[in-house]
Amino acid sequence: MEVPILKQGSFLIATVQAALSDADLLQFRSALIQYVVRSRSQGVILDVTDLDVMDSFASRTIREIAQMIRLRGAETVIVGIQPEVAFAMVQLGLTMEGVATALDLDEGLEYLNQKRKTATSPESREPGRG
Amino acid sequence: MDQDIVGARQQGRALAVKLEFSPGESTLIATAISELARNIVSYARRGEIRIRPAQNGERPGIVIVASDDGPGIRDIRQAMRDGFSTSGSLGLGLPGVRRLMDDFEIVSEQGKGTTVTVKKWKL
Repeated sequence: MEVPILKQGSFLIATVQAALSDADLLQFRSALIQYVVRSRSQGVILDVTDLDVMDSFASRTIREIAQMIRLRGAETVIVGIQPEVAFAMVQLGLTMEGVATALDLDEGLEYLNQKRKTATSPESREPGRG
Repeated sequence: MDQDIVGARQQGRALAVKLEFSPGESTLIATAISELARNIVSYARRGEIRIRPAQNGERPGIVIVASDDGPGIRDIRQAMRDGFSTSGSLGLGLPGVRRLMDDFEIVSEQGKGTTVTVKKWKL
């Protein structure tokens, strides 16, 4: 199963489909990481609006994606977690700790733009932080 | 097969919607099925999930029975504690499923298998 990945300036937008199996998710993870490396992206938006179930495996895989991308020096923001999905995640005890989340695509882009601004302004440059 | 996890939760959601559970409740039910199916795939490899309508007096509901003839759970009390996992996966499965649903029952015998029965009643 293909997960569409779009390039938007120095950012990538990946749209996660509704019915991804574990194998699909893992394939998506490696495709996305490769794409981040190839395109030298500074930020990734993971759009999970269509995802109807976020179980333990899906949320762990998404957390791992964000951590891997961070090790590449880029930022990830998850957008579009549906209210009922968020409710089920909390009941199940799942968190997105350490991963940025935003309401929708617009807010996700804004978050990444802000991050890039603070990262490139000289006064905020602090090697070894973060 | 991990593809079957998706199939099971889709069928569960379809029945929940048909029984007129709200979208929020249907998501809770689909998520619980996903976790139960995941337990089967990771611990027992094969098993089955049966999903059917139920009735509790006037209240309609849904029953999900996840059974396998895998290795069984040695210490159920421990398995029901948050953060416990033997497969190194997550350890949220069973206690999480119990929170998602209304009724939760587990029967497990070492070497024979595990059956988890969960129910959710309409508000």
